[in-house]
Amino acid sequence: MADVFDEMTGADGSIRPPYGELSRWLSEIPPEVLDHRRREAELIFQRIGITFAVYGETDSQERLIPFDVVPRILAAAEWGFVCRGLEQRVKAINAYIGDVYGRREILKAGVIPEDLVFQNPVFRPEMNGQKVPHDIYVHIAGIDIIRVDASTFYVLEDNARTPSGVSYMLENREIMLRLFPELFSRHRVAPVENYPNELLATLKSVAPATASSDPTVVLLTPGIYNSAYYEHSFLADKLGVELVEGRDLFVKDETVYMRTTQGPQRVDVIYRRVDDDFLDPLAFRPDSALGAPGVMSAYQAGNVTLANAVGTGIADDKAVYSYMPAIVKFYLGEEPLLNNVPTWRCREEDHLAYVLDRLEELVVKEVHGSGGYGMLIGPRADKAQIEAFRTKLKSSPKNFIAQPTLALSTVPTCVEEGIAPRHVDLRPFVLVGRDCVRIVPGGLTRVALKKGSLVVNSSQGGGTKDTWVLDT
Amino acid sequence: MRIRVVHRTSYRYDTPATGVIQMLRLTPRNHDGQYVINWRIDVSADCRLNQHEDAFGNLCHSFTAEGPLSELVVSVEGEVETRNTNAVMTGAIERFPPSLFLRETPLTTADDAIRDFAAATRAETGDDGLKLLHEMLARLHADITFDPDPTHTATTASEAFVLKRGVCQDLSHIFVAAARSVGIPARYISGHFHRDDGVTDQDAGHAWAEAFVPSLGWVGFDATNGICATDAHVRIAVGLDYLGAAPVRGTRYGGSGETLSVNVLVNQTQHQSQS
Amino acid sequence: MLSRTADNLYWLARYVERAEYLARILEVTQRLATLPIAYGGETNEWESAVATAGCTGAFSTQYSEANEETVTEFLCFSTANPSSIRNCFELARTNARAVRTALTMEMWDAINGTWLQLKRFGNGPTSREEFMRFLRWVQEASLRFDGRAYRTMLRNDAYWFSRLGLYQERADNTARILDVKFHLLLPTNERIGGPLDYFQWAAILRSVSALTAYHWVYKESVKPWLIADLLILKDEMPRSLASCYGNLVQNLDYIAQAYGRQGPAQRQARAIRTRLQNRRMEEIFQQGLHEFIGEFISSNNRLDSAITEQYLM
Repeated sequence: MADVFDEMTGADGSIRPPYGELSRWLSEIPPEVLDHRRREAELIFQRIGITFAVYGETDSQERLIPFDVVPRILAAAEWGFVCRGLEQRVKAINAYIGDVYGRREILKAGVIPEDLVFQNPVFRPEMNGQKVPHDIYVHIAGIDIIRVDASTFYVLEDNARTPSGVSYMLENREIMLRLFPELFSRHRVAPVENYPNELLATLKSVAPATASSDPTVVLLTPGIYNSAYYEHSFLADKLGVELVEGRDLFVKDETVYMRTTQGPQRVDVIYRRVDDDFLDPLAFRPDSALGAPGVMSAYQAGNVTLANAVGTGIADDKAVYSYMPAIVKFYLGEEPLLNNVPTWRCREEDHLAYVLDRLEELVVKEVHGSGGYGMLIGPRADKAQIEAFRTKLKSSPKNFIAQPTLALSTVPTCVEEGIAPRHVDLRPFVLVGRDCVRIVPGGLTRVALKKGSLVVNSSQGGGTKDTWVLDT
Repeated sequence: MRIRVVHRTSYRYDTPATGVIQMLRLTPRNHDGQYVINWRIDVSADCRLNQHEDAFGNLCHSFTAEGPLSELVVSVEGEVETRNTNAVMTGAIERFPPSLFLRETPLTTADDAIRDFAAATRAETGDDGLKLLHEMLARLHADITFDPDPTHTATTASEAFVLKRGVCQDLSHIFVAAARSVGIPARYISGHFHRDDGVTDQDAGHAWAEAFVPSLGWVGFDATNGICATDAHVRIAVGLDYLGAAPVRGTRYGGSGETLSVNVLVNQTQHQSQS
Repeated sequence: MLSRTADNLYWLARYVERAEYLARILEVTQRLATLPIAYGGETNEWESAVATAGCTGAFSTQYSEANEETVTEFLCFSTANPSSIRNCFELARTNARAVRTALTMEMWDAINGTWLQLKRFGNGPTSREEFMRFLRWVQEASLRFDGRAYRTMLRNDAYWFSRLGLYQERADNTARILDVKFHLLLPTNERIGGPLDYFQWAAILRSVSALTAYHWVYKESVKPWLIADLLILKDEMPRSLASCYGNLVQNLDYIAQAYGRQGPAQRQARAIRTRLQNRRMEEIFQQGLHEFIGEFISSNNRLDSAITEQYLM
C-alpha cells in the first residue's frame, strides 16, 4: 500500500493551508472541552432521532451513526476541480442511459459489450424507448470520491439509483454551527443549507408537460422500517412536500393521485426512495406492497416523472463502472477530469489471470454487492479467505472486479486516544435539472473510525463528518 | 386455420372491492404466421381502457374501475387467421437482440437440477442447437405430468422441475430456464391453442416457449403438447417469463373473498385450404 | 394533508388517551380490591376491570382466572393484548414516527421519551407500590403529551384530527367507566345505597379525577344519578360525553370550514350532540343506564367509521 496522504499535514508533515486555522484551534482547545462537545453532539443526535438500521441484525432497528466533530476541509480550488469533474461525469451518465435505452450507439460502436448491458439484471427492458422529460434519467447522484494525494481524486462509485446520506450533510452542518460557532467565525465556510431548495427546484423543473405550472412533488418512502426512513422524513419536511408510502398513491387513467383528507390530488413528480423492483407490482415484483400499482403505466404515458428514472442502475453497476472513462469520452469527446480507480474486469481472461496472481494485494468486489459486503481486501485477509475468494472468482469471474488497495486520505478525527488521522471518503450530491446542474459545496464525509480501517460504511463501524468547502 | 377465441376472466367479491386496477396483455399482433381479423376487449365496469405497447412490443391495456364492485368480468373475443410456418417466428416485432433473452428471472432461474438436465441432454445431442432443443422438448413432455393442482402462478421453474408436475406455464418456464442455461436465448409466450380432439372449452389460456436458433431465428416449442408451434397456436404476448406476458396483472383495493374463474373457448370457424 | 397522515395523528392521540384510561381503570380496581370485603371473594373487581376495558373475549382465551396478577399483566404489559398499555405506547410511537414532520419537537420528545422509559419497567413492577407508581407515570405521560400538543401545535387540520382522535377515545372511555358499576357485583348482604355501593361510586368518580368536581357542582353526597349526570350531560365537565361531543363537533366544524366541505361525519357528530343536549337524567335511568351506554358506544363507533371513511382512507 502506498503512503497515506493526510489532508491536514500533507506529504511533508507541514500543515496544508486550508487546515491552518483548524490545526491552531485543535491545539488550543482543551481536550475535555472537545470531549464535552462531542458528547453534546451525540445527545442532540439521539434526541432528534437520526438513526439508521443495519440489515441482517436483529433488534437493531434503530441505531445512531457516530458523528465526528472535527470537520474535513477542502479549499475552494480543490472543490472547483471536483465540481467540474462531477458535472462532466453526470452529464455523461445521463447521455449513456438515454443511449442504452434508445439508439444504443455505444453498443453498436463496441465500446461496451452488449451482454454486459442486456444480461445485466439492473438493465430494465421496460425503459426501452421510453422518453423521459428533458432526457434526464439521473436527477440526484451521489458520487463517491476518494483522495490519494494533493492533486488526485478518484471516483470510487457512481450512485445513480437512490443515493442516501444527504440528511447527514445537512444535520452535521447544523450541529457544528450550534456547537462550534467560534470555529466558523475563523473560516469562510460555503453554506450547504440551500440543498433542499435546490433539490425542489430540480424536481419541479422536470415535471411532465401535462403538469400545472406549480407541479406537485412527493417523496416516496418504503416506510418507517426502512433504514433511511429518518432521511426521507427529514427531506420531505425540508422540501415542504408530502412524504408518501405506496398505499397513499393510486393510479387512475394513467395519472397518479395521492389520497388526501380533501380527496384525490394529482401527483406530478415522485422523488422516489423505493427501488425499481418494488415500485409497481403490476410491472415488477408482483409481491411488492411498497409501490403503487400502475405507476409505471402513468410514467410510460408521460403523466408523472420519477426521480431518479427507472433503470439507472445500468450506469452505476460495478461492472459498468470500469467503462466510465470510455463513456465520458464517447459522449462528450472529452478526457475525464476525475479518474476511475484502475479496475480489472474479471470477466476478461487476461484480467482474471492477473487478479488471481495478486489476490493478496488487491481489493476484489462483487459486481452487485454494496455497503462493503461481499468484498475481499487482500492485504487484510488471511489465507483461508483468499482461497475462498479464489474459488468464487474461478467459478463466476463475471461477478467480480478487482482494484488496487488504495490509500484513502486521512483527516484528523476525534478518537479515544485524542486526535488521530482516520481514513475518509466523500459523497457529494449532484442535482441535474432541466435548467442546470447544481452541486451544493460539500457533501457527506464518511470516516472509518477504526484505526487503519478502510471501510467507511456506516453499517460497518463508519462515522460521518461535516465537510467544509472554503469560500476563498 | 381460422381460429376464434373467447376468453372470459371473471372475479367475484364477497365484500365489494372499492377499486380495481389491471394491466392486460390479451391482444394478439400480426406476424408472418398470424393475422388478426378482429379482436375486442370488454370490461364489465365503467372505465377507460388505455392502450400502450410494452418493452417487448406486446399490446397492453390498462384500466382502473371504481367500486363498489361485487363482480368484474374482462372478456375478449376475436378471430385470427393462422398459417403453419414450421414453428419459425418471423415478421414479429423485435425490440431487443436475442441475447437479452439469456437473462434469468426469479421464475426462470435454473438450479443445479435444471442445469444438469440441460447439460446431460446436450451431452447426447451435441452442440446442434435445434437438435438439442427438440430433445429437451421431448424429454420434458415425457417426464413432466400435466397437473394443475400442485403449482400456481408464482411457482418457479426449479420448484416445478422437482415436482415433475405442472401446467403449461411451468413446462414453459422449465424449458426456458434449461435453454438459457446452455446459452440458448429463450422466452415465454402466452396465447391460445386449438385442440384437434374436439375439445373447445378450456379453463385457462396456453403458454409455450420460443428459443433462438441462429440459422432459423425464433422457433416455438410447446412442451405441454410435445410439439413445435403450429397453426393451432395463437400467439398473444412474449416475455422473459410468465410475469412479462401474463394475460392479467392487477390489484384490488378493499373488498375480500375474491373468487376467480377463467373460461376460454377456442374453436375453428372455417376451414380453408392453404396452398 | 395525506389521509394516512391524518389517520396516524388520529390514532396517535387515541392510543395515548387509551393508555391513560387503562391506568385509571386499574387504579380504581386496585382501590376496590383493598376493601376488606374484597378478601371474602364475593366481589369481582378484577373481572370487571377486564369487562370495562372492553376485552373480556381476548382475555378469556389466554387466562382462566381474572385476578390481580393476570389482569395487571394483560392490561399493562402483555404483548399479546393489542390494547395493553405497553402496546398502546408502542403503537402511539409507531404512528408518531410515521408522521414525525407533522408533530412538533415537543410532542415527539414526549412520546419518544415515554417509549424509552417504558422499557425501564420491564415485564411489570415487582411490588404494589411500584405498580401504583407505574399507573401514575402512565397518566402523567399522557398528560404531558396532551399538554405539549395543546401548547405547541399549529391550529390546522393536523391539530384538529389529533383532537378528534382524543375526544373519540375519551367519549368511549367515559362511557365504559360509567358502565363499571354494571359489571361490579354487589354482594348479597350489601344494599344499594349502602357503604360498599357508595364506595364503588366514589371510586369511579375518583378514577376520572372528578370527586372534587362532583362536590363543587352538586354540593351533595355521592348519588348514582348525579354521577351519571356529571359524566354524561354536564358540558362543564371535561370528561363528560357532552363535553367530548362539544369538542368533536367543534373540531369537525373547523375541518369542514377549512376544506369548504362537510359530510356524514359532521352530521352524525351534531346529531349525537343534540341528543345528549336534549336528554334528561330521568329518561336515561328509565331506559336503563347500561342500555343507554351500550347505545352511545355504538353510535360513537359509527362516528369513528364516518370520520375514517370521509378523511382517513
